[in-house]
Amino acid sequence: MVTVLKEVDAVVVGMGWTGSILSRELTKAGLNVVGLERGGMRSPREDFAIPSIRDELKYSQRQELFQDSAMETVSLRHARSETALPMRRLGSFVPGTNVGGAGTHWNGATWRCLETDYVLKSHYTERYGRNFVPAEMTIQDFGVTYADLEPYYDKFEKLCGVSGQAGNLRGAKVDGGNFFEGPRSSEYPNKPLQRGLAGVLFEEATKKLGYHPFPQPSSNASAAYTNPEGAVMGECVYCGFCERFGCESNAKASPNVNVLSVLVHEPKFELRTHAYVKSLVYDRRAKRVKSVIYVDPRNGEEYEQPANIVILGAYVFNNVLLMLTAGIGQPYDPVTGRGVVGKNYCYQYTDAGVTAFFEDKENNPFMATGAFGTVVDDFNGDNFDHSQLGFIGGGHISAGLSDGRPIGTRALPPGTPRWGKDWKQATAKWYRRWFNVSGTACNYAHRENYLDLDPTYKDALGRPLIRITYNFKENDYKIGAFLSQKSAEIARAMNPTIVTEPRYRSGDYSAVPYQSTHNTGGTIMGADPATSVVNRYLQAWDAHNLFIMGASVFPQNQSYNPTGPLGALAYWSSNAITTQYLNNPGPLMHA
Amino acid sequence: MTEVKLGRRNFLKGAGAAAGAAGAAIATGLTACTPETATAAAPAEPQVWHTLNATEAAFIQAAVDTLIPADELTPSGSDVGLAVFIDRQLAGAFGNGARLYRQGPFLPGKPEHGYQLALTPREFFRVGIEATNEWTRKTYDGKDFDRLNEEQRIEAMKALEQGKPEFAGFRSSMFFDQLLQLTMEGFFADPIYGGNRDKVAWKMIGFPGLPASYREEIKTYFNKKYDAEPQSIADFS
Repeated sequence: MVTVLKEVDAVVVGMGWTGSILSRELTKAGLNVVGLERGGMRSPREDFAIPSIRDELKYSQRQELFQDSAMETVSLRHARSETALPMRRLGSFVPGTNVGGAGTHWNGATWRCLETDYVLKSHYTERYGRNFVPAEMTIQDFGVTYADLEPYYDKFEKLCGVSGQAGNLRGAKVDGGNFFEGPRSSEYPNKPLQRGLAGVLFEEATKKLGYHPFPQPSSNASAAYTNPEGAVMGECVYCGFCERFGCESNAKASPNVNVLSVLVHEPKFELRTHAYVKSLVYDRRAKRVKSVIYVDPRNGEEYEQPANIVILGAYVFNNVLLMLTAGIGQPYDPVTGRGVVGKNYCYQYTDAGVTAFFEDKENNPFMATGAFGTVVDDFNGDNFDHSQLGFIGGGHISAGLSDGRPIGTRALPPGTPRWGKDWKQATAKWYRRWFNVSGTACNYAHRENYLDLDPTYKDALGRPLIRITYNFKENDYKIGAFLSQKSAEIARAMNPTIVTEPRYRSGDYSAVPYQSTHNTGGTIMGADPATSVVNRYLQAWDAHNLFIMGASVFPQNQSYNPTGPLGALAYWSSNAITTQYLNNPGPLMHA
Repeated sequence: MTEVKLGRRNFLKGAGAAAGAAGAAIATGLTACTPETATAAAPAEPQVWHTLNATEAAFIQAAVDTLIPADELTPSGSDVGLAVFIDRQLAGAFGNGARLYRQGPFLPGKPEHGYQLALTPREFFRVGIEATNEWTRKTYDGKDFDRLNEEQRIEAMKALEQGKPEFAGFRSSMFFDQLLQLTMEGFFADPIYGGNRDKVAWKMIGFPGLPASYREEIKTYFNKKYDAEPQSIADFS
C-alpha cells in the first residue's frame, strides 16, 4: 500500500552537498522543494560535541557515521568471468548517510580540476595524435569547460570558506599557489592553514628540485568566516579528528552548517528524514520522471512523491541503482561498448609513495587537520610531457598526515615486527617522527570497468546490490610506479633517517584497506546521448525533468578529490534549471 | 613467570569448581592470583566476563600478554585491560555483527574481497580460539595456548601470523590478524572501553588524547616535543 502525496515543484533525493545546494537554489527561485534523506538528522551541536566526538574507536574503527553496510552495500568482481561477492564490511571506501551525508565526515580537500581535465580526450588527441589514447580507455570530454564552471567554483569555495593560496588570479601567476591551476576570478575566501613539519620540509625539498609546492586547498577554515548564505564557521583548531568525524568547531564546511542551517528556516523547503528513496517512477513516453517512491525505514511504509522536477543527489552507487531499476537510459554493455548507464565507473589509485622517518625531528602528527597537505601538481594531468612515458594522466604528490590517531595512524620502519617487545620499542620511538610523501593518481575509464545490478545479492529494501566490475589497469600501474619514484626523490631530498622503498599497488584492486571514497561515473555527462547519461547541464537525456548530481557524472576520475568539482557542477546545473528550464521545461540540449 | 601463568589457568578452573556460581569471585581471583598483581593495588571492580567462557578468557589473556608483553614501557596486555576490552567488544554490537552484511550465499572469495564468512566476530573468535587450542595441543604436548611457556607462546603466535596451522574454514593468519587488530584497538583506544588503562599506550608514544585545541600549539611546538598529560573522554565528562 503506497500513500500518494501531493505533487511538489521539486523533490531532491539525498541531503548531502549536492542535494542541499540544489534545494537552496531552487527555493531561492521560488519553488517548493521537498528534500528526502534516508537517515536521520545530524546536528553538530547535538551529534559532534566534544568530548564524545573524539573517539577513534567509535567513529573511525566502528564507522559510526557511515552507510550501514548491513543494510546496503555493493558487490565486487575483478572481471566479467568472475562471481561478484558483497563488500560485507566497508573498507576501501566509506559512503555517508544521514543529513549531510559524507559531507559531515570528509577531510575538506576542495580542489578545482585542471582546464585540460574537462577536455581530456580532445586535449590528448590534439597534443599527441589520434592514436595516443588507447581504444579500450573510454575517456571523454565533460561537455562543459573550466571557463564555464569557474564562476560556480568560486561560488562553492565561498560557500565552504575554503582556505588556500591562489596560483593564477585572472591569468596572472601568483607565487605560492598552484602554478598549474586555471585562472581564478578571485582569491580563496580564507588564507592557507598553518603548516606542520611535513609541509615545511616538503616545500623546501620540492623547491630545491624545481617543482611548485602550494598548500592543499581546504574547507577547514583558517579563520572564523561567515559565508554568503549567512552561515558561520569557526576557526580550525587542528584537533586531528577530521575525516570520519564531525567537526565540533563548525570549522570544517558541511552541508549541515554551511547550507542547511539557513535552509531549514526557508518556508518553501521541507526536509523529510527517514525517507529512503527506493525507486523512480518513469514515464517513458513523456520522457519524464513522474514521482519517487520512498520507504520509511522505521516502519516500512511506502510513499509516492510526485514532482515536477526530480534531483538525484544520492551517492554514486545509489544514483546508478535508481537509474538502472527505473529503466531510464540504456544500460552499458561491455561486450558491445553500447549503452551508457553504469559506464565508465572509476575508482582511484592512491598511496604511490614512501614513508620517511626522522630520528631527530618532532612531527606531532596529532596536531593536524583534514586537508593539511602541501602539494605539487608538477606530475598531475598533462602538466608534464607524456610523449615517451607509456601512460596518460598522473597525480598530485603531497606530504603530511591528517591525524595522529594511534589505532589507525602508525608507521614503522621496514622489518619491524607487528607485535611484541621490539614492536613496542619501535612504536614508542617512531610514532611522532614519520610522515608519508605520496601521490594520489587519476583513474581513467576503461571499457571493462563498469557498474550493473548484482544477480544474487540484495539490499534491505529488496533491491539488487550494485555490482562493481573493476580492476586497476596498465595505465594505473604505470602512473603508480612513476609517482612513487617521484615521491621517493622528494623524500630523499629531506634527508630522513630512513626512507622506505617506493611502494605502489601492483596486484588486483582490494576492497579491504581504505584507499579513498572517490568513486565516480555510472551516469556520466557529455555532449552526445550515445555516450552519456546526462547532458552538459546534468539533465538526463531520457528524462528532461531529471537532473543527476555528484561524482557519478564524471566521465573519468581526475586525481583531485571530487567535492570541489561536484560542488561547482551543482551550482552550474541549478543555474541552468532556474534560468532556462523553468521558463521552458524540456530538453536543454538536443541530440 | 611461566609457572605463574600456568597457575592462573589452574586457579581459574579450580576456583570455578569450588566457588560454584560465584562468577564474580572467581574472576576476582583470576586477576589477583599472580604474585606481582596480588601485592599491587587490587582492581577497583571484580572481573566479570560478558561473553568469554573460562577457556576463552584464559586464551585471550595469554594472547594479549604475548602481543603486548610487560616491559619498562607498559604493563602487560591483560594488566592494561585488553582482555576486558576484547570481551566487551565481542559481547556488544561489533561482536554480534553490527554493520556486517550477512546475506548469503557465503562463498569463498579472494583476499581482496575481505571477510566473507557467515560468522559474526563473536562466533569467529569462538571458532578461532578452539582451532588454535586444538593446534597447540597437537603441537605442544597436549597443552592449550595459555599453558605454553613464554617462548612457546611467541613461537605459536608467529606460526599463526604466518598462517602455518591449518584451520577448517579459514586461514589461521586471518584469525591472527583479527586478534591483533582487536588487541591494538584496545591498547590505543580511549580508556573508556576498558583497555589502555591509565592511558599507558598514549603515554608510551606521546599521544595527548583529546585536547580542546592546538590552534596556538601548532605554531609554538613546531618541531618540538609536545609533553602533555594525556586526556581521555572521561576526563572531560
